[in-house]
Amino acid sequence: MRSKAIAPDRSKGSASWGLKAAAWFGVLFLNLPILFIVLYGFTTDDASYTFPPPGLTTEWFVVTWNRPDFWAAFWLSVRVAFAAMAIAIVLGTCAAAAMYRFSFFGKESVTLLILLPIALPGIITGISLRSAFALGEIPFSYFTIVLGHATFCIVVVYNNAIARLRRSSPALIEASMDLGANSFQTFRHVILPNLATAILAGGMLAFALSFDEIIVTTFTAGQQETLPIWMFGELARPRQRPVTNVAAIFVMIITFVPILLAYYLTRDTDDVAGSGK
Amino acid sequence: MGGVNQDGVAVSFREVSRHYGAVKAVDGVSFDILDGEFFAMLGPSGSGKTTCLRLIAGFEQPTSGIVSIHGKDMAGVPPYDRDVNTVFQDYALFPHMNVLDNVAYGLMIRKVPAAERRRQAEEMLEMVALGGFGGRKPSQLSGGQRQRVALARALVNHPSVLLLDEPLGALDLKLREQMQVELKAIQRRVGITFVYVTHDQGEALSMSDRVAVFNQGRIEQMARPNELYENPATAFVAGFVGVSNLLAPAVAERLTGRKAHCSIRPEKIHLAAPGATAPANAMAVEGRVAAILYLGASTRYDVALDGGGEITVNVQNRDQHAEPAEGERVLLWWEARHLMQLAG
Repeated sequence: MRSKAIAPDRSKGSASWGLKAAAWFGVLFLNLPILFIVLYGFTTDDASYTFPPPGLTTEWFVVTWNRPDFWAAFWLSVRVAFAAMAIAIVLGTCAAAAMYRFSFFGKESVTLLILLPIALPGIITGISLRSAFALGEIPFSYFTIVLGHATFCIVVVYNNAIARLRRSSPALIEASMDLGANSFQTFRHVILPNLATAILAGGMLAFALSFDEIIVTTFTAGQQETLPIWMFGELARPRQRPVTNVAAIFVMIITFVPILLAYYLTRDTDDVAGSGK
Repeated sequence: MGGVNQDGVAVSFREVSRHYGAVKAVDGVSFDILDGEFFAMLGPSGSGKTTCLRLIAGFEQPTSGIVSIHGKDMAGVPPYDRDVNTVFQDYALFPHMNVLDNVAYGLMIRKVPAAERRRQAEEMLEMVALGGFGGRKPSQLSGGQRQRVALARALVNHPSVLLLDEPLGALDLKLREQMQVELKAIQRRVGITFVYVTHDQGEALSMSDRVAVFNQGRIEQMARPNELYENPATAFVAGFVGVSNLLAPAVAERLTGRKAHCSIRPEKIHLAAPGATAPANAMAVEGRVAAILYLGASTRYDVALDGGGEITVNVQNRDQHAEPAEGERVLLWWEARHLMQLAG
């Protein structure tokens, strides 16, 4: 949202020092811990997080690089995130198109049902999925993790797509039909290109959400470990603790890039991606 | 494409109604639009004119009655199978395409080869004076330019009927007048039937061959512009098309002896000093100037008649003339043939 909520006569002057201090406090409060995570990825102390670190080293990057369990978890997370993103893009876009185009009995309830997974605490989504899988006697696997992630990833794509649809003129569809295009051609040449950046941005956010998800994954994964779960387990072990920090740095980089891209894809529009979760 | 029917009728409405629940947007309307005609549908908002346009385009289906285009019943025919194109009120240009691709869209859908559709689209852009603008995005154009692109995008398909939905509504006055002249010229050149929806009576009068005046889902009158202005059939038409003095039956009876709704245009009335003699065969009445409005090209006098009623008089400021002041008595006279008797 780019609102001009601040009184316009103050727009030239600067904010009061109190407001500035509060803003800086907020920024530090949110970001200082992240800096510490990065810092301890370089510490020479392998068992505890003492401050200041006794020394700095890059050997943990090498250690992490040579750990096959790290790579297994890493690749599982990447595969899950891509699959969840793909499902979210297809289903989220279709859901948005349907919700925008048609009005039917119970539409509001269906909208609520689509939005619910992101509003519900992950633990509820997780438990309900787990019992559902148990009831259906579906063994836990890569696919159950993907399904769990897809529930909330769909919402992200749906939100982005429907916001874009609502802002585009309904006359565009009529104009296309008027110029001889049937429904399919209209979707292909007018609706889809208009939605493309919104869908892509939604997909990238979905990827980032999936990549660092831990709660739902805990309930829907069997013996497999995604990267966040692997890290959680790693923290409990006394040896090679900075390896967790190195993995965290990986996660940061991998989730930061799509979020940044999503932001740039949608910043010229009013529905900036990520205003959801 | 653009086929000429034997009887020369492009669009025909037979007892067409379009109801939304209890709302009768269009209520039993019948009319014919002739081939090559510039036909205006004029009326206030909610009068049913836009719904009629959408019935022709195929975005709406009639609740009852028959809409036919070139003699063919259009019931159930979707918009993309109709030989008509629309210029939309907010232009509805595709924001993700450049101007050339917008104009070529209809040709692309009809699978015209790329080089050929490019040539045709550029030719059409030349015609609307936008040659060389093909590479721009709609967002980089002014309102008037977008309007021309929308026109080119519709015309490039050579429809048999072009539908225009208040196309000049969003433009400023100067541009609107310029576009009126251009639209009329383009219509003459391409010879396509234009169906033009507007709430602006000036636009309807200046451009059209015939005007249908809509009110509450029905047509009040359908006539050539000068006929509509000089000879309005109903009080609604007299009031909506141009400015008119509507005289209540009681006032009309005092002036003419006949008890009926009458109307007289402000510019048909002469202003004279009290006691002056009006020409023979003229109707005359005395009154007092209640208000004066100087309008530049003309001056408007609101005159309170002796014995009740008020009449507005428009006097052209052709030369300096002795102007009556507010509160002064004046004599009004007009030729009897200019007093119009209205139905209802």
